[in-house]
Amino acid sequence: MTTAPFPTTLAPVKRVSLLRRFMRKPLGVTALVLFLIVVALAVFAPLFAKFDPNHVDFNLVHAVPGTDGHLLGGDTAGRDLYSRLLYGARTTLWGALITCVAGLVLGVPAGVSAGYFAGGTVDKVCSWISDALQSVPALIVLLVVAAGTGQSFPIMMISLGVFLAPGYYRISRARAMSVRREPYIDAARVSGMTNGRIIRTHMLRAVYAPLVVQSALTAGIAIGMQAGLQFLGIGSASTPSWGQMMNDGFINITAFPIILLWPSIILGVTIATLAFMGSTLGDLISVRAEQPTRKLRAKARQVMLTPPAAADLPTRQTSGMHAHSVEGCALRVDNLRIGYATKDGGVKEVVRGVSLDAAPGEVLGIVGESGSGKTQTSFAVLDLLPAGGTAVADGIWIAGKEVGHLPTAERAALLGREIGYVPQEPMTNLDPCYTIERQLVEPLHRVHGMSKADAAKRAREMLVRVGITDPDRVLRSYPHQISGGMAQRVLIAGAVSGRPSLLIADEPTTALDVTVQAEVLELLRELQQEYGMALMIVTHNFGVVADICDRVVVMKDGRIVETGAVERIFRNPEDPYTAELISASLDDVEGRHELDEAWSAGPTGSAGPAGHSTAHAGGEDGAR
Amino acid sequence: MSETGIDGGAPLLTVENLVVDYRISRKVRFRALKGVSITVGAGECVGLVGESGSGKSTLGRALLGLAEASEGRITFDGRDITHAKGAARRKLANDIQVVFQDPYGSLDPTMTVEEILAEPLQVTGTPKAKAKATVAEMLDRVRLPGDAVHRYPSEFSGGQRQRIAIARALVRRPRLIVCDEPVSALDLTTQATILDLFIDLQRETGVAYLFISHDLGVVRRVCHRTSVMYQGEIVESGDTHTVTGSPTDPYTRRLLLAAPVADPARQAERRAAWLGLRESA
Repeated sequence: MTTAPFPTTLAPVKRVSLLRRFMRKPLGVTALVLFLIVVALAVFAPLFAKFDPNHVDFNLVHAVPGTDGHLLGGDTAGRDLYSRLLYGARTTLWGALITCVAGLVLGVPAGVSAGYFAGGTVDKVCSWISDALQSVPALIVLLVVAAGTGQSFPIMMISLGVFLAPGYYRISRARAMSVRREPYIDAARVSGMTNGRIIRTHMLRAVYAPLVVQSALTAGIAIGMQAGLQFLGIGSASTPSWGQMMNDGFINITAFPIILLWPSIILGVTIATLAFMGSTLGDLISVRAEQPTRKLRAKARQVMLTPPAAADLPTRQTSGMHAHSVEGCALRVDNLRIGYATKDGGVKEVVRGVSLDAAPGEVLGIVGESGSGKTQTSFAVLDLLPAGGTAVADGIWIAGKEVGHLPTAERAALLGREIGYVPQEPMTNLDPCYTIERQLVEPLHRVHGMSKADAAKRAREMLVRVGITDPDRVLRSYPHQISGGMAQRVLIAGAVSGRPSLLIADEPTTALDVTVQAEVLELLRELQQEYGMALMIVTHNFGVVADICDRVVVMKDGRIVETGAVERIFRNPEDPYTAELISASLDDVEGRHELDEAWSAGPTGSAGPAGHSTAHAGGEDGAR
Repeated sequence: MSETGIDGGAPLLTVENLVVDYRISRKVRFRALKGVSITVGAGECVGLVGESGSGKSTLGRALLGLAEASEGRITFDGRDITHAKGAARRKLANDIQVVFQDPYGSLDPTMTVEEILAEPLQVTGTPKAKAKATVAEMLDRVRLPGDAVHRYPSEFSGGQRQRIAIARALVRRPRLIVCDEPVSALDLTTQATILDLFIDLQRETGVAYLFISHDLGVVRRVCHRTSVMYQGEIVESGDTHTVTGSPTDPYTRRLLLAAPVADPARQAERRAAWLGLRESA
């Protein structure tokens, strides 16, 4: 085999189920417990309520709570309020269940199909029906239904479900529309699955989570509407219900206000628990990876700020070296460490002691595979680490000045003035809502205090400088109207328009074609020489390094394994990891032609050219 | 390598003068493919190189039935499949499969690896036990440990996910796999191991690949023959050896010189040559 050997087992992963995560939210748990109590009271009503809810006892008319063992007293007709409350809960929950099921059955299949075939006939017809339903006044139609069906409770609740189905429909349709373009749906089609089957499996799985949230909210709405209808006198007089009880209490509100109190409390609590459960679930579902709490982040920060213990030093003392004096540097980083708080209260250090520097006019490459900490290092220089990340360094110098210990606001003021930044994904780094002109002019106007007219002139000049032949059209365009290569030129123009002394480019060509990549590298080289900027370029591609860099820093697992001039590193790599990375480029490896010749000549027919397969070993990291 | 593939018989796949239009609005159409012809023999790997927007992925999608052909003919194993729909198209799943570029979007995040790999088998009504055995065999073939079956895609690295995607393409034992930029989202070292895996699998199973990439280095490594596409047309075709070694078309030459090599001195020469070509173009 020419393929690298692979571990026979995978590292264990910790999965935290949605239920466990829900259980960690105090608000969600409180709501769930209260809701379960209401459910239990309803289900076991005959056990908890000693009295028949419909038994009329004239001694009990308007009785105060506690009279003869009647916990909450009696109503206007002399019936036990406590019993009626519990039996009323049965009606309420049963009705809410019917409504939700009706809404689900009608809304979800239609929504998923409409989303999957978006723009088709199914979509048009279903969306029309959904819009029509939403424009009809539901309460009035429900009153008509009640009158027409002899006030049948299930039919009324199903009708309510019909009116709430558009909620389900819209959510399923939106979710299905966002999923249907995913490659895994295309792969499912290629594997011979029918549309029906794809909708039943992949699409339904994709909409499942938001539907849980929607159901909690729909149940709350259903309970409210139901009580409203009962309050208006709809529904059988022999079935106790909260709405009826409220009506009774409302009529006597001046004389016996307490009768209104009980159903109001339980109705409010039930609807609130559903709303809180829904919003808690919504929070949990929208955030896939659980974030460490603020407390854990503060703790991690403390741990990072404490100097590492002597026992840890070998893995944390500084790696890499400086080639220039402090004063002569455009960038100098001394013993940088970056840590993130983990969920179990620990700290994960992604950069463990990194030192590097770059002189004005020098191009420094930071090379490594994903997870090596190269991008984190550049974020730390920019002071733009994601939340939860803490950077600690003995010093960070920009243009000869120590900035590592400056407050955040002063660090931020360096951006756009001293430091320019070119990101990896050109498209996602332009705001789709504004024209290119606005996005280039705004920083020049706000940050550099240029007048709008001057800024506009400067922006146009910059676009011409980065090789855009029709700057006026590009200035008028929105990001989606230009190509990826063009967008990257625009971002470079923006990054250098403030004449920074340091330009940081994070994988500036990874998202681009080779032809565009060559153009962008050429442009970066020209600008860097023209302005005498230091350029720090982060990449995983040694071809890019060979093309543009003067010096290279090779990173692995948060540490520098080697620093040196480009010629030396390529000619004579000291670290075996550097040699492995260089050999991973496909420049001089045997082509298929040679591989097949060697293979057919080989004795067993299974061995590729041996010298080269070892160079490719260990390319993949373990399971995350 | 002859035009008819490795064994010298009729090619497995023949595409003749294929034209594909995309509808941009009611009236405006964009011609993504302008009459493209290509053949793939059994057990052969044919590369399709070009920059984004050159139409290379569109050709792959047309073969898979994900894009509609306006003109031309696609023949697979002697059958005209240009407009295969419904049951006829689903039956082709036995023979033609796909591996996409994005190792993150190409696997359903809500399914375990076992569910993902067993799905194409369930479609054909394979008994559960047999499907399980096939899944285990395919995981082994792509060098993933057997205990991967109960995991979700998010628990794997990019390279491992791509192995899962390759295993899914293999479970139905197809004769042709369309590989749409299968390694361009991966680290270089991972790229190299995945490319070697593609070669090994081809030797073990005899499957043919249509290998779409923007990187001539990748194509040189795995492909027997290569076609270079530019703006919806094939500008150069031939042995990979020849196309990547001594290209005749100016566009191919530019594409070749644009890819940087990991050697500062040689890269400086290349860049100079590329700049020269750019000036003259």
